[in-house]
Formats: sequence, C-alpha cells, structure tokens
Amino acid sequence: MTVGVNVSRFEGIAMAPPDPILGVSEAFRADTNEKKLNLGVGAYRTEELQPYVLKVVKKAENLMLERGENKEYLPIEGLAAFNKATAELLLGADNPVMKEGRIATVQGLSGTGSLRLASALIERYFPGAKVLISSPTWGNHKNIFNDARVPWSEYRYYDPKTVGLDFEGMVADIKAAPEGSFILLHGCAHNPTGIDPTPEQWEKIADVIQEKNHIPFFDVAYQGFASGSLDQDAASVRLFAARGMEILVAQSYSKNLGLYAERIGAINVVCSSADAAARVKSQLKRLARPMYSNPPVHGARIVANVVGDPALFGEWKAEMELMAGRIKNVRQKLYDSLMAKDKSGKDWSFILKQIGMFSFTGLNKAQSENMTNKWHVYMTKDGRISLAGLSLAKCEYLADAIIDSYHNVS
Amino acid sequence: MSSSSSPSDRRLSALARHLSSPAESPVAGVSASITSSDVGSVFSHVVRAPEDPILGVTVAYNKDPSPVKLNLGVGAYRTEEGKPLVLNVVRKAEQQLVNDRSRVKEYLPIVGLAEFNKLSAKLIFGADSPAIQSNRVTTVQCLSGTGSLRVGGEFLARHYHQQIIYIPLPTWGNHPKVFTLAGLSVKTYRYYDPATRGLDFKGLMEDLGSAPSGAVVLLHACAHNPTGVDPSLQQWEQIRQLMRSKKLLPFFDSAYQGFASGSLDKDAQSVRIFVADGGECLVAQSYAKNMGLYGERVGALSIVCKTADVAGKVESQLKLVIRPMYSNPPIHGASIVAAILRDRNLYNEWTIELKAMADRIISMRHQLSDALRARGTPGDWSHIIKQIGMFTFTGLNAKQVAFMTKEYHIYMTADGRISMAGLSSRTVPHLADAIHAAVTRVV
Repeated sequence: MTVGVNVSRFEGIAMAPPDPILGVSEAFRADTNEKKLNLGVGAYRTEELQPYVLKVVKKAENLMLERGENKEYLPIEGLAAFNKATAELLLGADNPVMKEGRIATVQGLSGTGSLRLASALIERYFPGAKVLISSPTWGNHKNIFNDARVPWSEYRYYDPKTVGLDFEGMVADIKAAPEGSFILLHGCAHNPTGIDPTPEQWEKIADVIQEKNHIPFFDVAYQGFASGSLDQDAASVRLFAARGMEILVAQSYSKNLGLYAERIGAINVVCSSADAAARVKSQLKRLARPMYSNPPVHGARIVANVVGDPALFGEWKAEMELMAGRIKNVRQKLYDSLMAKDKSGKDWSFILKQIGMFSFTGLNKAQSENMTNKWHVYMTKDGRISLAGLSLAKCEYLADAIIDSYHNVS
Repeated sequence: MSSSSSPSDRRLSALARHLSSPAESPVAGVSASITSSDVGSVFSHVVRAPEDPILGVTVAYNKDPSPVKLNLGVGAYRTEEGKPLVLNVVRKAEQQLVNDRSRVKEYLPIVGLAEFNKLSAKLIFGADSPAIQSNRVTTVQCLSGTGSLRVGGEFLARHYHQQIIYIPLPTWGNHPKVFTLAGLSVKTYRYYDPATRGLDFKGLMEDLGSAPSGAVVLLHACAHNPTGVDPSLQQWEQIRQLMRSKKLLPFFDSAYQGFASGSLDKDAQSVRIFVADGGECLVAQSYAKNMGLYGERVGALSIVCKTADVAGKVESQLKLVIRPMYSNPPIHGASIVAAILRDRNLYNEWTIELKAMADRIISMRHQLSDALRARGTPGDWSHIIKQIGMFTFTGLNAKQVAFMTKEYHIYMTADGRISMAGLSSRTVPHLADAIHAAVTRVV
C-alpha cells in the first residue's frame, strides 16, 4: 500500500541552531562534572539551587481544587478577574487611568505572548513604524519583532567602559528615531545588563519620547522581583502614565510569582480615552483568536486568587521580598569574593549597582566560553549570568572562574 | 509605505485602506468611531472589531432573560442537566498533580512536555505505529487545536514550496483566519451538499483533482465541523489515493478523537490510513473536547516525515516558530493529559467517560429525530442521525434561524449549525417545536 513520494517534501530544511538562552540549560544537563553551575536561564533557585514554587501558589492551587472550578473556555481576552488585577497591580488601583477605564488589558502567554500580541497590533495598525530596542536586550525580542514583521533598530544602552548606562547615547538615539516610533523599555531590572535608569533619567527619557511623539512600550517581567517592592518596580511605568501618555505594557508573572511554565501575563494598552481602549482591546482579540483562540485558565486563576485575597497577597509580597533579598545577598557575596581574590585592582562594584536577576559581567564571548569549557559555569555568550541560579556557597568558585576568564582569556 | 512618512500619514493611510476596500477589510462593515477625545490619540484610526461570530452567540444568549432559552452555539459539552463537565478522571489526575510535592513550575522545553508529546503521538497514530517506531514523527505540544494549526501553518509558509492550503466548504470559522495570518493563501474545496445534507464527494474529488501539485489540504479527521458529515472509510481511501498521486500534503485537524463515535481508534482511522502508506502529513490534535480540557489549551502538532533525519530538522525549525510566539507551552493541561494517558486505570476510566459523552450526544440525535417525526415536520431529517460528532448542520436557513431565536429563544449560529452537546432530553421537545415552526412558517 506504499504509494507515497520517495523524497521528503521537507528534504531541503536545515537544522536550526539551538536557542542561545534555552540551549544553555540543555548543555548544562548534559555536563557530568560535579562542579557545574547553571547561570543560564533566568529562573529563580533557592540557596540549595532548587526550583521554587511559592507557598501562596500552592495555597491558591489547593483552593482552586477544593472549589472544583470548571475548565470552560475563557473569553478571547482571558480571565476578567485576572485582567482587572493585573492592570491594578501595574498602575495602582486608584490610578486615574483605571478609574477612567482608559486601559485595554488582554491576558497573554506570559511576557513573550504579550509582546507578540502587541507586535501584531503594531504591524497591522502602525505599518512601517519601527520599534527601537536597547543594545543589548533580551535575545528573543528581535525574534518576536522579526516574526511579527515589525522593523526594529537599536538604541545605545550598555556602556562597556563604565559597565553602566550610556545615557547620552540612549537619549540621542531615541531622539534621532523617526517620529512615532515605538520605544521598547524594560520597566525594571533590565535584561541582560541589570542596569536601570535612575528616576531622573526616566524623566528625561519620557521628555524625549514625548517630544518626538514616540510611543513607549514597556516590557515588565520583574515587577516586585527587582527591588522587592511591587510599587517601586512599577515607578517607571507610572511616571509615564502620570504624564497622560499612551503606553503599551507587556507583563509577565513567570518570575515574580514563579509561574514560569503556566505562561501567564498580559498586554496592556493605556489610551487617551475609554473608547480608544475598547476599540484597541477588540482588535487585540482579533489577533489572539487566530493564534490560539483563548488563553490558558490555570495560571490566570492562580494570579487572580493570590492578588484578590488580602492574606494571600500579603504572603506573596513577603515571599517576593525573600526572593529579591536572596539575590541581593548573593550579589554582595560575589562582589566581596571578587574584591578579595582579584589583586588587579579592578572595580567590581557594578555587580552591586546592577539590579534584578541578571548581571552583565563584562565578559566577552571567548571569556564566557572559557567559563563553560574550563569551569563548567553555564551562561549566555553575551557575558550574562543569572544570579538567581547562584548560591552563597558557590560564590567563591564563581569568583575564581570570572577572574581567570577576565584576566587570562582575550 | 516609506519609513520616512510621518505617523499621522501612516495612520491616515491605514484608515483609508480600511474604508476604501470593505470587502477585503479586516473589519468590513464596521464604521469608524472617532470622538473628539481621541484627538491626540495614536489609536484614533483603530476601529472596533465585531464580536466573534461563534462566541457572539453566547454573548447574545446571556443577555436573553427568557426561562426557556437554549444555547446551541459554542461546541462545549454539557451534561443532561445542562452543566459544563469536568471528567472524574481529570479531577483525579489534577488532585495527584497538586498533591505531588516534587512538582515544580519550571519552563517546559520549547516543544513542550516530552512525555505528553510521545503519548499524544501514540494516541493518534496508534501505539504500534511504524512511523513512530522509526522516529519519523515529530510531535510538539501547542495551544490546543488552534495553536497547533497556527504553528503548522507558519512552518509550512516558511519551509514548504507550495504555499496554498485548501479548506473544505464549509469549515470551522477560524480556519481561514489562522492560515491567512500564518502566511498561506487559502482556497476551498467543495464538501457539503445542501441538497442531500451530506458529502459532495464528486465535487470534493474534482476540486482536489484540479489542485496544483503539492498543495496542502486541510482534512477534518472525524466529526466535521460544522456539518457533522464525514467521508466513509471507502471514500477516505479514494481521497488518499488521489492526494498521494497529486502529491497533495494532508493537514489533519483532529479535534474530536473518541468524541465522535466513542472509539478512539475508529475516530483515528482516516489519519492512520494516510500514515500507513509511508507518506508525510501534518496532524493538529486537541484535547479540548475529548478530555474536557477546553480552557487549559492542550494540544499537539505532529509532522510525519519521510525519514528520522528530516523529522529532527523539522522539529528544530518548529522551535523557531514557537519561541517568538510564546516561548514554551503551558504545563498544567499537558500534565493532566500525560497522567491519564500513561496510567492504565486512568486511561480506561477516560475511555468510559468519553464513550458516555459520545453516547449522550448520539442519544440526543435520536431523540431529536424521533421528535421531529412525531410532529410530522416536513422534510427529510435523517441527516440528524447520519451526521456525527458535536454538531448538526440542520439545513435551516438564516431567516429560519433568526425566527427560532426570536420566537423560541434558541441560540445557534446563522449557518444552521446546532451543538448537540447543548441539548438534553428535557429541552429536545422545545427545539423540535422550534424547528417545526420554522420549517412550516418561514421559507
């Protein structure tokens, strides 16, 4: 009965390279050396280097199970209780934007899915408009815009000389962009550098964006996780909203609620009127329907339950402070180890100044490869390490690896 | 559109495109609503989209205060009491998962939960499938049926030489949108014959016969949505031979395996005869209906390739489609499915619950058919029991449907499709009355 063609219709397809970020964990798993350290993916680990499911999440899941909720399709825009909670978390429940109904919120597949919906909206309604992304930025940003067919270019961000922010370069590049461009900003805890603008710098960034009629587009993946405070980490977004600007904001609950695999996030569009918000929301739905019809219910219910219950919400904030606190402690220990061991006089204090899960070590590709090949430290080739994957116990080993790679490899 | 045009130029152009070509416009027929408060909004040119036609039925139903209203719109299973159903076996599996202290919520791989993928492939292709055994199949977890279709479509648009997909007329309303946005051009093949309320097999064979070599063809594996009309096994065999001779690439949409006839193997026959001939195909699977996991968005895309080497390369390219769309799929629903499929007892319990759902629907078909005969409703209503799956294409026209909604508070899609899953013994008489009235009073 074999009638089929003899040659595959897909014969000419090339093997794609592994994902530069997710591929790191795959390589780590394959390594049998007992000293190995996974500082690749930004997933939080305890001091024992174990994955962590938040206690409030377990409580919420048990509540959900006891209630015996059904598994009916969510509306295309997602769980209403989640959408309300997530917008309030971002802007504050008493924010005028909320009161005036000027925000369109659609549940999305974590940060990536929310960014993709926003990109699809830009492609359809702002044809030819560019997105400006920081140099460097999360590796998947450009893939999202490429697949959504949205043109992009970079604005200067990281200054290797200072291992800090190239603020003048950033402002100049934003200013030089064609009017009406979308400017992708990390709300807090910039990925991969960990370098955030100061509040004063945020004001100036908002100034130049307003001056050029650009549209701010925030990626908020670490609210609460960076400083430990939900409100503090939302300050940049709220600053822009307070100026009456129209803003796109993608949110993720992967890190701050540890819901990585549940894929829960949202795309928010702050508009100048409730009517505009309603229209934008309807069009976001039109983009989601042919992508996956409606979003998954489980993660959304967890968030809605945690945020909606004052006791659980309080417990969540405490757990988030613990996670952010552990990372700050690890930064301190790593810095102390580096300063103690490195006799060259190099200033490693940028590690303390950076914030969030990641640190941009300043190591180049060859040096990063040395970290892996010689020291079995797994990280991305841009020199980024995830402090969430580091324990106090391993700081000294890591310091040795960094010092060796920095000084002995070029 | 030059990148040096101002943002307001671009917005006006976008608006002009919408208004000047309503037939192709994504929002045909919807007028722009620009208020003074929108002056200065970058979104002034964004018009309001209409409600989704299928989901909009439920919106209208919810607004109706009538105590006898009946929602036969969306294809979600309802019990005899008219309630949504979570399968016992799903509750058990979920309890196990939540109680398991060793479970974590780490990112799944881009291709999803490995065990889920393997078990899903076995479910649709058969546990002893030679294609699986020779590693010729790549299976990736996706967001239910829609997500699997979209990822498959995007993959084909990038890597397949023939970027046309043929879809049956009619088909699920979301199909053309999924494939168009994926980057394929969409054509149709004849499928439903209103005269017989059955399959237009001759038209189907003619249209597939004149398709360009290599074109992709969307096939509903069983329980065609919206008509409920499936080819017979003999007809499937003829379709297979024709498609293979023209090198047409099959893309199966399998959303009702086990739900249509009550038998998982029987409902997979169409897919399996294609795989058995050694040729290639794509299969989108959904667990929304057969495991009642609607809102969890669990599904899988399988691509059966000529060789294991090709399957490996194909999988690597599927990852490049998925990563910029949502990075990796949601874990909860896939874990439930894996727990059930891997455990002999849970699997058996599932097949029993599945058969019960399928049987209840078949029973509704017979009850409705009997009720219409008892009323002497004019016309041949045998299609109600000949059609299979969740839906019945009644053959009622839009005027008759509107009449039934207005006078009898029956909510259904304007194409005459009713969801049998929304019926019960208690409500069948009301529906039969409504159909009888529509057929005798409205033409």
